[in-house]
Amino acid sequence: MRFMPHTSSDLAAMLDVVGLENLEQLVEHVPAELRAKAAIAIDRGRSEAEVAREISKLAGINSGASEFTSYLGGGYYNHYVPAAVRAITARAEFATSYTPYQAEASQGTTQAIFEFQTLITQLTAMEVANAGMYDGASAAAEAVLMAHRLKPKRTLVALARALWPDYRATIRTYLSSIEEIEILEVPFDSTSGATDLAAFEKIANERLLCVVTGYPNAFGVIEPLGAMAAMARRADAIAISATAESLALGLLKPPGELGIDIATGEGQSFGLPLQFGGPGFGYLAAKMAQVRQLPGRLVGETRDRDGRRAFCLTLATREQHIRRERATSNICTNHSLCALAATVYLSLMGRGGLRDLAERNVELAHEAATVLDGAGIRRRFTGPFLNEFVIRVDDATKALRAAEARKILAGIALGRDYPELSDTILTTFTEMNRTDEFARLAGALAGVR
Amino acid sequence: MMATAGKIRHITPAPEPTPRRIEPVAGVPLIFELSCDGRRGADGPPRPDGVARGADILGRELCREDLAGFPELSEPQVLRHFLRLSQLNFAQALQFYPLGSCTMKYNPVLNEEMAALPGFAGLHPAAPEHLAQGALVLMERMEATLAEITGMDAVSLAPAAGAQGELAGLLMIRAFHRKRKELRHKVIIPDTAHGTNPASCTLAGFQVVVAKSNKRGFLEAAEIRRLASNDVAAMMVTNPNTLGIFEPEIREIADALHETGALLYLDGANMNALLGVAKPGATGADIVQLNLHKTFSTPHGGGGPGAGPIGVKRRLEPFLPMPRLMRTADGLRFDTDRADSIGRLRSYHGNFGMLVRAYAYVLALGGDGLAEASRLAILGANYVRKRLEEKFPSATSEPSMHECVLTHDLEKRAGVSTLEIAKRLLDFGIHPPTIYFPLVVAGALMIEPTETESREILDSFVAALEKIYDEALDDPELVKGAPYSTVVSRVDEAEAARHPILRWQPKEQ
Repeated sequence: MRFMPHTSSDLAAMLDVVGLENLEQLVEHVPAELRAKAAIAIDRGRSEAEVAREISKLAGINSGASEFTSYLGGGYYNHYVPAAVRAITARAEFATSYTPYQAEASQGTTQAIFEFQTLITQLTAMEVANAGMYDGASAAAEAVLMAHRLKPKRTLVALARALWPDYRATIRTYLSSIEEIEILEVPFDSTSGATDLAAFEKIANERLLCVVTGYPNAFGVIEPLGAMAAMARRADAIAISATAESLALGLLKPPGELGIDIATGEGQSFGLPLQFGGPGFGYLAAKMAQVRQLPGRLVGETRDRDGRRAFCLTLATREQHIRRERATSNICTNHSLCALAATVYLSLMGRGGLRDLAERNVELAHEAATVLDGAGIRRRFTGPFLNEFVIRVDDATKALRAAEARKILAGIALGRDYPELSDTILTTFTEMNRTDEFARLAGALAGVR
Repeated sequence: MMATAGKIRHITPAPEPTPRRIEPVAGVPLIFELSCDGRRGADGPPRPDGVARGADILGRELCREDLAGFPELSEPQVLRHFLRLSQLNFAQALQFYPLGSCTMKYNPVLNEEMAALPGFAGLHPAAPEHLAQGALVLMERMEATLAEITGMDAVSLAPAAGAQGELAGLLMIRAFHRKRKELRHKVIIPDTAHGTNPASCTLAGFQVVVAKSNKRGFLEAAEIRRLASNDVAAMMVTNPNTLGIFEPEIREIADALHETGALLYLDGANMNALLGVAKPGATGADIVQLNLHKTFSTPHGGGGPGAGPIGVKRRLEPFLPMPRLMRTADGLRFDTDRADSIGRLRSYHGNFGMLVRAYAYVLALGGDGLAEASRLAILGANYVRKRLEEKFPSATSEPSMHECVLTHDLEKRAGVSTLEIAKRLLDFGIHPPTIYFPLVVAGALMIEPTETESREILDSFVAALEKIYDEALDDPELVKGAPYSTVVSRVDEAEAARHPILRWQPKEQ
């Protein structure tokens, strides 16, 4: 087998050292009744060419990846990935290294993580960011658990109903073993599509542990995050934001400026391909005063014996490999290579480029809204939006099928997660879409009656 | 200067006779320190004239001030910066990397190409299922492959990592007992367990009960019988355990648990020892989690992403996380309507990109190659153990599986610690093994050579450790001062924790 270097003379010599005659003897101490009786029932190994052919065949069947004009978003976004990003993440020096526990052998990874943490604090206007998490949904769930550690006596968790359904579901899973916690959903205003502030105010009391708000939310609407945070603060509760389209932070007021205590999000928009939904990465940023309750890895700056600047994992006494059952989380990854992709991406985009791109997304989405409106397709909500919005159609399934027949993936039907919005589609516009195609989209959707 | 016709004007100073050697800058500057106002590393998207700016469309009150402190560099500057950083790393592709329980095997390069195929990389997770059948077929085959390898009945590919697989498994255990109207609060964990096991228990709302392994380094069924009760929900066992020993009484342990209504969770972190050797399902496990970044060769990425599929026996299938893959007359689709499921662990369907890589790996090896891989991994561990036995004896007399745990007397004889030995290994161009783990072995060196390393590499590793042993006795200060050849000398980790500096900030003006 091409990955294994053992020649027959290697085998003979190695077996001789361990005092055995054949490989099978190596496993004879495994109790006989537990030992595999038959070979693994999968096909024999293949050459590289055969593997490539077989897998390319499967990739080729996914016509949804290439043959359609796509307006799909909903938490995962089709942005251009500069070639330099992949050129770096493909480097085996990064890709095939382990978690940087041995600092002297990992200065590349640790410095890149330090830069990543800095970029996330700049984007969110928070004081400290961890080294990365699985994804946006689990980062939001970890933020709620962190809030629970900060306010152990509070029992009410408020989730904006307009927070992404996957995020709400993930938070529920992560909280399912904490008996005393009650989860309430805060309704959205059926006109604006933003969270109903009056409804939230009613539950913002001394029981409230935290509130999680999408920014923008699952309808693409830019929530009044500052007002939510202020109400949470008055109740002495923790305000958490969850941003799935993190490009938004290039343009919108950052959570830290709006009074948010823990800012979380999904980083896929920053240089990672769609990849059928993963891997991307999550981020979690907070205030320095709470750093010891932060979940996940952190890299810090220090010195080496000769006084040179160096970086290493730090504050590990929060983590599972040191603290075991008293750790702040069981997480044992920071999706490091994905965080690296984002670090390269954000460095390329830079101070002006990220804002410029976010603005261009806003411009495209608003131009699309105008074109759709001209064809009689109305926005469902009035709230301000970044690069996606909800449109009203007569029959969402029919409309999506009609568009598909014209080689367009027009959006995501919201009815499954929001029965009250069964006549709507979430449709998304990025720099990968072209304005001269918007009329075709409008035509496809307007033709359905 | 030679005189020549006409006047010569020196416009630059004459070069010095021997150019001074320029010392390389200590370390690579931070990306922020390389920044210069006005540079860009990516051209802006084309914007037709006369279009209102996004910030004006939204209104300035929703928009931030500009991103102060964000880097400003050209594309080649960014590329050079990160390439230089890459050169500061040790990596499996460059060095022997025998980290115990981490399975740093070769990561086939084809697998990266496969994951990057436009049909996968460009596939949106909300694309209609009938337009994503290739991806779903790959997932279905991966589920079936992992079920066959582990001897389990159903597999979920949803967990993003091994630790998330553990959380999923424990929440399923909780749901399983709930369904039977039983409240059980405790989970038994051996003293040799990885730290994620107890941390996952806490996250899933269980109290940890520690089971002691015996003097020979394995668990006795008698100890489990002593601890099992109707308040014990399950036991988590890593097999082979973190001493690298196959748990010989695992079947009796499973029986003891099952007799009291408890379940056996098998942590598959060490699955690289068991391919075609023993199926966790046959050892009595009810749930097993796998780490695709270990046994199934997906790259570790400097700390992820990986993937942590879980396999279960039939009676636990209803509790598997969402979404579940389902075959219908119209092809494969995701089922999100399952009353007993523990729910979602994350957005969409899992770390699909890692599944592509792992599938490419199992296709390349096949059933025969996987079985060979485990045997060669076991051979490598036993070879290293045997060759080092005089200076670094094994912590156990039991036969090793895919990794061996060694110890030494240098602390006593020379005041040289395991950490110092590890740091000295860096000077030999070798990444150190896992150290001080498992916790039950003082000064442990946990070595997992993997099947993809050659005999010459193993021999050079043995030679390096033997040399360090002798150095420690002859000149302990030499070892204590290591490393000498890395880009930085010993890093002061205590200082980092005492005064945390966790981000770059612009210098005060």
